[in-house]
Amino acid sequence: MADNPTPSPTLNGDEELIELSTATLSQWQLICLRFSKHRLAVASLYILIVLYLMAIFAEFFAPYGQNWRDLDHAYCPPQLPKINFSHGINVNAMHRHIDPITFKKYYIEQKEDFIPLSFFAKGEPYKLWGLIPMERRFLGVDHNAYVPPDSEEEKTLPTFYFLGADKFGHDIFSRIIYGSRISLSIGIIAIVITFILGVTIGGISGYLSGRVDNLIQRMIEIVNAFPQLPLWLALAAIMPGDWPALRVYFAITIVLSLLSWTGLARVVRGRILSLREEDYAVAAYLLGASHRRIIFRHLLPGFTSHIIVTLTLSVPGMILGETALSFLGLGLRPPIVSWGVMLQECMNLQVVANYPWLLMPVISIILTVLAYNFMGDGLRDAADPYSSHVTR
Amino acid sequence: MAQDENKDIVLSVEDLMVTFTTEEGVLSAVDRVTFSLERGKVLAIVGESACGKSVTAFSILRLIQKPGQIAGGKITLYPKNISPIDITGLTEKSDMLYQVRGGLISMIFQEPMTALSPVHTIGNQICEAILLHQNVTVKEAEKLAIEMIGKVGIPHPERRLQQYPHEFSGGMRQRVVIAMALVCQPEVLIADEPTTALDVTIQAQILDLIKSLQRDLGTSVIFITHDLGVVAQIADDVAVMYLGRLVEQATVRELLKDPLHPYTAGLLKSLPRNETKQARLPSIIGNVPSLTHLPAGCPFHPRCPDSIPGVCDVGDNPMMEMLPNGRLVSCCGARKFKGATKT
Amino acid sequence: MNDYGVEPLLKVKAFSKHFPIYSQGFGRKQIDVVKAVDNISFNISPGETLGLVGESGSGKTTCARTILRALKPTYGEAIFRVNGKAIDLVKLTERELKPLRTQMQMIFQDPFSSLNPRMTVGDIVGEPLHIHKLARGKELIDRVDDMLVKVGMKPEHRQRYPHAFSGGQRQRIGIARALIMRPSLVVCDEAVSALDVSVQAQVINLLEDLQEELNLTYIFVAHDLSVVRHISDRVAVMHQGKIVEIEETETIFENPQHAYTRMLLSAIPHPDPDVKLVFTPLSESIDN
Repeated sequence: MADNPTPSPTLNGDEELIELSTATLSQWQLICLRFSKHRLAVASLYILIVLYLMAIFAEFFAPYGQNWRDLDHAYCPPQLPKINFSHGINVNAMHRHIDPITFKKYYIEQKEDFIPLSFFAKGEPYKLWGLIPMERRFLGVDHNAYVPPDSEEEKTLPTFYFLGADKFGHDIFSRIIYGSRISLSIGIIAIVITFILGVTIGGISGYLSGRVDNLIQRMIEIVNAFPQLPLWLALAAIMPGDWPALRVYFAITIVLSLLSWTGLARVVRGRILSLREEDYAVAAYLLGASHRRIIFRHLLPGFTSHIIVTLTLSVPGMILGETALSFLGLGLRPPIVSWGVMLQECMNLQVVANYPWLLMPVISIILTVLAYNFMGDGLRDAADPYSSHVTR
Repeated sequence: MAQDENKDIVLSVEDLMVTFTTEEGVLSAVDRVTFSLERGKVLAIVGESACGKSVTAFSILRLIQKPGQIAGGKITLYPKNISPIDITGLTEKSDMLYQVRGGLISMIFQEPMTALSPVHTIGNQICEAILLHQNVTVKEAEKLAIEMIGKVGIPHPERRLQQYPHEFSGGMRQRVVIAMALVCQPEVLIADEPTTALDVTIQAQILDLIKSLQRDLGTSVIFITHDLGVVAQIADDVAVMYLGRLVEQATVRELLKDPLHPYTAGLLKSLPRNETKQARLPSIIGNVPSLTHLPAGCPFHPRCPDSIPGVCDVGDNPMMEMLPNGRLVSCCGARKFKGATKT
Repeated sequence: MNDYGVEPLLKVKAFSKHFPIYSQGFGRKQIDVVKAVDNISFNISPGETLGLVGESGSGKTTCARTILRALKPTYGEAIFRVNGKAIDLVKLTERELKPLRTQMQMIFQDPFSSLNPRMTVGDIVGEPLHIHKLARGKELIDRVDDMLVKVGMKPEHRQRYPHAFSGGQRQRIGIARALIMRPSLVVCDEAVSALDVSVQAQVINLLEDLQEELNLTYIFVAHDLSVVRHISDRVAVMHQGKIVEIEETETIFENPQHAYTRMLLSAIPHPDPDVKLVFTPLSESIDN
């Protein structure tokens, strides 16, 4: 082999140096490397992780139960937590007064009277996920300030509302956390259904092409021609009112994904059509690879990153869709708590004007949607790692 | 430089340095390149990938964009009836720079398909070039365009103004691009691999065209290519680049018959020769190193058959040496050049 | 049968590949065909290199790919001698073709798109053995290493990804993949056209060495006539789907008979400034 004999030591060493840095990194590792350089996307990822953790362990993180209420404190304004050295974490107490003339309730914040809080506070017993009995919550009223430790005394502890209370005295902060379970998970489940439908149908369309492709594409165009929101409303409206909550939940997710798989199917079909003509796919065919091997080993990895990006950027749409449906009363209904259901109370402008903290779920929706969008953007930028490494 | 005195220089590039700031560091794409273009002649710049020939061409028209920048050096244009223009000294948005681009220096590229806008007619595009640089009415511009289209050898020029690029074949499109570039009769034409994407028969016709137009209009041409056969046909002088450095410059006859730099010699030897049927092609060992890991000393030494350890692999670049007959070569190795003076 | 009485490895007769042209609009009717390969015939002897030259649109790449059944031939026959039997490639079904794939392979032009960027070099080169169950585990790794060394790479390159290598090295990987099953017929589809000049010579030498060592027969598709002249024993010149001339290499270059061949040869620029290009075009070649 006379053509690449022992080259001089310098060249050899240099070649090794260049190659070691990114040579053995697979596609995923390169994507992660590029993604980690995108600060906004990484921050969004962390925010989403926190949100999902809170949703999973909702019973632990929420100070109060999902449907816990205290009618004495209806429409209580938010009591934002403060930290100072003398009292630790605390909130100012709110005293309710009734205006003697209008009989309207209003609250006055007491600057001196405070309610001490602590982490891992003991509170009412509950069951994590309905299974594990627990007593402690992440943040709650400091039991020890009111009842001496080891005492069996039962005393009703004062209530506090981080983000205020609604008409029934529900703690909005707790309900946002419980609501995130529904809203965040509907997005994920709808995505899974979209993924299955989109990749299968788009894949068949792209790989087989010809008449099958033609037929499927026309079908997609028909589905796309439906106006989205009216169709959602119609599908949601035909759901019987007496269905159990869980069934309604799944029905909603199916409704949401029925219209969204077309986008993914088109993307998948386009990518398969172009990747099929790539030299390495032709080479695989000439080597005698089966169709299955070509699809899964050669074509699919070529657009997995695209799929992930498309899916990530579709989640906000799902979340907003569920919110819209529930807000209009056609999706989930009380007693299920979701952000959309919570926003139903905001239909009345009078109520919103007087008690603006009822709109708090909007903040969490915006936060989630933005986080998904930024993360999706970061993923999309990171997903083509080989473009910068093509050297000539 | 000594060689400038008796020659009519239209463009001079001195110590040009272009760097690219990337994640892997600051890469030196063009390193202290010096050459000059004589009026009315064709200078070929030859090299392989990553040698910096295209970057050099782009720098002349100040087309380098982030993350690249011209880090040093001077490019001066000596137009016939105007005072010399210091191209590197011009500010980004200056009027003079816009006049230079397209008016005094034009450029044509490798891919004729992507050089023409698919949504504008040929007439529109050529007239745009005219109207940007000459003070004429639209009607007059159209007349000039028709004339130029005829000059580049496209039959029925009057009909062509209304046609779109997709109605032309590859070779015809390249002729249109040449027409656009030469319609304002620039002093310098930079051609960046204009025939690489064309069939060999079309290439022959285009080379013919460029040669005849260059003679008629007196344009000076910088012709960038990697094909030494094309160089032999079209160039008067040749400059060879490797890894961003100029390694040799000479007239075409001198370079192809008697190459001094080991890289040039190696390239010529590795061409399949039509006359002698060899059993094995002598080839240059190794690969072009990446710009991120340049060898110390002479950039070519790891692949050079005449490399002297201790001389070629240390220190700074070998300097350009000028021989008495005006040839330039940059090699500190085995070859001893008679009467060389360091520039 | 050639002079020595050896049966040709590949006998192509009346071979054609037509692409249908459909009408625009709603009802897709076939209104015309493009005869990319039009009724060509030639033979190749074992161990020979047949150069297939032509300009773009001549059909040379389509011809080579159709012979390997990357595309389905429209009609004709391609008799391939393998394991002592003569098999017509045109008539085989996909399933019957699969075992024959070990005997006929292709080396592609573009080193950047011919390797799957998401597979390691070891996976790429070992895939043929895997598909045809020719080796497994340690034996597969050994054969991959062996092949990598043969093409001038190193065994440790096995774990790296294609993006870590230069164009010339990637082409070597492509050659390793094509040859690991020891095919008898190899199509080089512009295998050196996309490489730098200095690397071209290396790869040409490599192809010639491997041809001798592994007893390969090459169909060398190219547009660069100097390279074809160096590497080929015989040359077939294609123009608009037909073979206009097919002769021994030196005969074609020294004494071309067909007008198209003469025109093609007159267009080659020689790296010698004293040999001026005098291009004599045929009337239909001036682009209009």
